[in-house]
Amino acid sequence: MSSFLSYLISGISLGSVYAIIALGYTMVYGIAKMLNFAHGDVIMVGGYIAFICFTELGVPPVICILAAMIGCLVLGVVIERIAYKPLRGASSLSVLITAIGVSYFLQNSALIIFGADSKTFTSLISIPSISLMGGDVIISGVTIASIIACIVIVAALMAFINKTKAGQAMLAVSEDTGAATLMGIDVNRTIALTFAIGSALAGIAGVLLCSAYPTLSSQTGAMPGIKAFTAAVFGGIGSIPGAMIGGMVMGIVENLSKAYISSQLSDAIVFALLIVILLVRPTGLMGKNIQEKV
Amino acid sequence: MKKFISVALVAAMTASLAACGSSSESTDTAAETTAAAEEAETEAEAAEEDTEAEADADAEAADESSDAEGGVFVIGGTGPLTGGAALYGEAVNQGAQIAVDEINEAGGINGYQVEWIFEDDEHDAEKALNAYNTLKDQGIQMFVGTVTSGPCLAVVEETADDNMFQLTPSGTTADITANPNVFRMCFSDPAQGTKSAQYIGEHGLATKVGVIYDSSDPYSQGIYEAFDEAAPEYGIEVVAAEAFTADSKTDFKTQIQKMKDAEAELVFLPFYYTEAALVLQQSKELDYAPIFFGCDGMDGILNLENFDTSLAEGLMLLTPFSADATDDLTVNFVTKYEEAYGSTPIQFAADAYDCIYAIKLAAEEAGITPDMSVSDICDAIVPAMQQIQFDGLTGAGITFDENGEPEKEPKAVVIENGAYVSAD
Amino acid sequence: MKTGSKTLRSNIITYGLVVVFYIVMQGLYMTDNLSSLMEGLMVPLCYYMILAVSLNLVVGISGELSLGHAGFMCVGAFSSAVFARLVDEKIPGMAEIIIAILIGAAFAAIFGFLIGIPVLRLKGDYLAIVTLAFGEIIKNLINAVYLGVDANGLHVSLKDTKSLNLLEDGDIIIKGAQGIGKLPRNATFTIGIILLLITLFIVINLVNSRQGRAIMSIRDNRIAAESIGLSVSKYKLTAFVISAALAGVAGVLYSHNLANLQATSKNFGYNQSIMILVFVVLGGIGNIRGSMIAAVILTILPEKLRFLNDYRMLIYAIVLIAMMILNSAPKVVAWRKVMAEKYFPHKGKINEPGEA
Repeated sequence: MSSFLSYLISGISLGSVYAIIALGYTMVYGIAKMLNFAHGDVIMVGGYIAFICFTELGVPPVICILAAMIGCLVLGVVIERIAYKPLRGASSLSVLITAIGVSYFLQNSALIIFGADSKTFTSLISIPSISLMGGDVIISGVTIASIIACIVIVAALMAFINKTKAGQAMLAVSEDTGAATLMGIDVNRTIALTFAIGSALAGIAGVLLCSAYPTLSSQTGAMPGIKAFTAAVFGGIGSIPGAMIGGMVMGIVENLSKAYISSQLSDAIVFALLIVILLVRPTGLMGKNIQEKV
Repeated sequence: MKKFISVALVAAMTASLAACGSSSESTDTAAETTAAAEEAETEAEAAEEDTEAEADADAEAADESSDAEGGVFVIGGTGPLTGGAALYGEAVNQGAQIAVDEINEAGGINGYQVEWIFEDDEHDAEKALNAYNTLKDQGIQMFVGTVTSGPCLAVVEETADDNMFQLTPSGTTADITANPNVFRMCFSDPAQGTKSAQYIGEHGLATKVGVIYDSSDPYSQGIYEAFDEAAPEYGIEVVAAEAFTADSKTDFKTQIQKMKDAEAELVFLPFYYTEAALVLQQSKELDYAPIFFGCDGMDGILNLENFDTSLAEGLMLLTPFSADATDDLTVNFVTKYEEAYGSTPIQFAADAYDCIYAIKLAAEEAGITPDMSVSDICDAIVPAMQQIQFDGLTGAGITFDENGEPEKEPKAVVIENGAYVSAD
Repeated sequence: MKTGSKTLRSNIITYGLVVVFYIVMQGLYMTDNLSSLMEGLMVPLCYYMILAVSLNLVVGISGELSLGHAGFMCVGAFSSAVFARLVDEKIPGMAEIIIAILIGAAFAAIFGFLIGIPVLRLKGDYLAIVTLAFGEIIKNLINAVYLGVDANGLHVSLKDTKSLNLLEDGDIIIKGAQGIGKLPRNATFTIGIILLLITLFIVINLVNSRQGRAIMSIRDNRIAAESIGLSVSKYKLTAFVISAALAGVAGVLYSHNLANLQATSKNFGYNQSIMILVFVVLGGIGNIRGSMIAAVILTILPEKLRFLNDYRMLIYAIVLIAMMILNSAPKVVAWRKVMAEKYFPHKGKINEPGEA
């Protein structure tokens, strides 16, 4: 029983990190309708910014997190401006490929700037861990922080989208870009704002990812990025609560299948579950089913 | 419009094809010159006036390339310089470069200078062949590579066809040395697995052993299999064996919990230190403290930037090289390496350094000269490799057997107070 | 009638280009004018072109986004490699590779069919993500599989070599992540070009057939196509399965070109699938000739950038982004049209180097 709980908690801990990354994916997809494959690498950059601030400059953790958020925000907006904006109106595939190019660019820049050897990240989260059942089950501070961060971000995003004018504009752009333009919404600005928010989230995700799994290299963001993207699809891409649920489910399934089925095949099992879910619910767990009109 | 694009593309293709054909020779010489210039630049004292040094270096490079046809041994290597395994390729490139610089300073091999060229293979078999072919176009005579095992298995067949002498610094998979032209500097996977089991058994470290390994990495998987096979012989029971893959190599809590549940007294970690650091950290989080035991891939953990070395306290590893050793050879190498590249060398760099010296000795034994053909050099140097014996960074009295395997003893070290201490 | 002769001419140009490419390369090779690098790239260029053309069938013609093309390549590569090891040079090389091609194509087609039936019900990006998941599953499974053969037949395990329980004389064929070794390496440039021509023949004929027009009408307006009685899933599935089979053929070439076959994220992971997609998008979606040319350029480019040393992949990434923007950005496209009108008023009449 205690081992099952431990597996579950490891799953939740991994899942909460996936969830935060997935939130960024889902924001951008929901509004700009593009698969931003470079999101994982923005997370990596966020990790490096926090690392440098903390280790080299010695500033307090809160400022490190803020710096990572702001750094990623600027990066996200710059990427959008240079690489994605010129392609607005082109086929979505062109944007996808450009995103891949940006991803390669960020990875290789990090490789050249920071070197090939990975760095050990010092956890910026100083919440103490909780020990349950006489020390058999341990919940680490980072896990607690990730879960809290996740819930707060989801609540804040929901409130932002539903209660503010800018949020409503985002919703409008995501529903119908053409109609939104006619209603006087500046689509370019709205999309840039989406990228800004999504990238700032990537900054937080970078800190949490590297605090939970304290290693940092140019490849750090790549695989978690892809998995979180899967999680976003799983939960219904475009849906904010869906991203959180998708992330959690992914993390838990990955760890439980590692524990009880096969540690070699856990990835295959997660991806197979994704396929099954999409076959049953073609737009993910929380996705809206849009009826096609003639 | 499409047509316009395709015309442009065709033109570009034709141009690139043409460039690939006859003109390749001229680009090659240009590449050689730049490589030589770079080499000379690193040699130049940093304290000297920059401009002056550069002028000198250029002059030197010009001298070197002018007699490029008959006067220089060109040794090439391939390994990953980009992507997830870039660390290992970089280390080999830099370690070999130091050896080459030393040899050139001391008068070269058989009186001829040595040139070292290294190409990126992205840790992929197909790209490794491209990199090797690029090296061939640049006129290499001997091949030190590849760094990683998977690509190496693909390249060995190509070097066999060319009868190119190959010495891999770190290709560990057993089959790599199947062809007579291929030697290796590191231990093979089966050798490491068996030796680890032997050491754990003979020193009575533990009877219940758990293994965590990277099932997507031939190196890790190969060691695990050999260990698993040899374990019963040394009275070891493998109570748990859990895998991870390259796609999920950050979260080890489930695997560690399994070790804990199986009550393993010792956990064998046959993979690289970057992941091992995470295993150690997460074990601490889960309050699990068995003896951890690693292989040569574990070396480097103490120099991981910002790593809390107290986590590695008591970690044992069987490694042919440790950067903390105090013998003159290691101290000399580590000092030069840190000076040149600003980081502490890992075992890959040491293997590459030894490779170059092994080649030097064998070349002197065989009396080869740069004007010989690739195939003649190979025929002469292969028997010579089995004659030489030398003290390298990765072992004293290293020799090679007729299968191309090195004969050297791994040292068992244990980490105490953040430093390696000999375990024997 | 006029459009008919136009497509015919365009097709002849496409075939002709391949033949010219073959003659030039073979000529350079025979006269020893080819660098070792280009010699080594001859077969890879063929399979990348096959991959690009076959993916174009799904992405360009059928209008579905697939990110799992490398998965089918992987299936073809491993099934044919197992076959090669099983016959173990008992049959002559030429016969071996022909049978291997058929086996690789068949296995990839079966997988294409199995994954295609459920998956093609999905739309757009969801389809993309499922194909990506499929590719990752295949890679993950193959890394875990152990396959051995002895007097009692085949043994399979998902754990390790030991649990195969092979007899003393048994031979391990797939050794987990260590893959399949000792492969025959009998793929040649001529075989590659023949396979490319066959691929082109299949794809071009499909596009210009009744079926192809049905598939394209589904792409352009699914509801309209359905309303005139076209079976959407049947046509989509046909294109998908053919494309998978052709990717399998490319996989056979891949496995028969290397001495050792391993499934890594580099060769059969989503990165590779995306690379193939880049060929298609850059060459022009639906433009078969363009995707071939893009495949050639993007395969040679990183090799030719080697002089940049550490900056090679960085520059490659920048070139990729720049090419995408120059090729597809609406403003650039509009500007190019203006320029083209200005300098080449009869743009249809530009001489193709291939024709001259």
